[in-house]
Amino acid sequence: MLLGPSLAVSAVLFTIGVAGVLVRRNAIVIFMCVELMLNAVNLTFVAFAQRLGVAGQIFVFFVMAVAAAEAAVGLAIVLAIYRHRETVDLGNINLLKG
Amino acid sequence: MAWVSGHLTVLAFWVFAGVAIVSATMCVTRRNPVASALWLVVTLFQLAALFVVLDAQFLAVLQVLVYAGAIMVLFLFVIMLLNLGQGGPHDFKSAIGLGVGAVLAVLLLLQLSVLRHLEPPAAIALPPGAMAAQQARDGLVGTVARPLFDAYLIPFEITSLLLLAAIVGAVVLAMRKL
Repeated sequence: MLLGPSLAVSAVLFTIGVAGVLVRRNAIVIFMCVELMLNAVNLTFVAFAQRLGVAGQIFVFFVMAVAAAEAAVGLAIVLAIYRHRETVDLGNINLLKG
Repeated sequence: MAWVSGHLTVLAFWVFAGVAIVSATMCVTRRNPVASALWLVVTLFQLAALFVVLDAQFLAVLQVLVYAGAIMVLFLFVIMLLNLGQGGPHDFKSAIGLGVGAVLAVLLLLQLSVLRHLEPPAAIALPPGAMAAQQARDGLVGTVARPLFDAYLIPFEITSLLLLAAIVGAVVLAMRKL
């Protein structure tokens, strides 16, 4: 019943997340925007699960597990970079830039 | 009566969706990372409410516990640890970067808006109310738990490997001098 509206809301949230990744420089805020994108996709899964069976809800579990793993490793990397360079501004982290 | 409750459901959906979109926008536009994180928590709570509207009550509980609870506490903890409470002067990209980002985001939104008219093929779609009926039969947790420990058992076990790898990776990154 609410499949179309759910997909529209999910698209808007995903776009906000992408815009955040594109315009922000703070590594932690960019991580939060990635979490927002993952959540938008979760909403899509749940909306489809209502029409196509419970498998979509199972996949949300896996997305949550991947998000937790990503947050743990990503924040550890941010901490390591901060100890090394005293900043989390992505404009200053350009070691791989040609 | 069913007509009224159906309309209430749609109304609740749009209220939660509106708050979610507004708070997501605030999360992206706030300069202060702590404010960003707290607005993201609001968004995650609204998504949990949307999950309830969409017949995924158990996932809504997990959303609050795992996302709004564990993951966001981890984020806030790191923000406090690094003392990033004040947003820096260069937190946003320059005007050109902002413009390019906005154009790309609008382009993506236009492409994704096609999804709005998507309908699953009638051959595989369940009848309306099938999910609620299954939940009434198996219970809210059982509906999700039975396939998780039956058809999806191997992916579930692989998830534990993934989490183990993440724990080891985080510990190694925290110990080593880079």
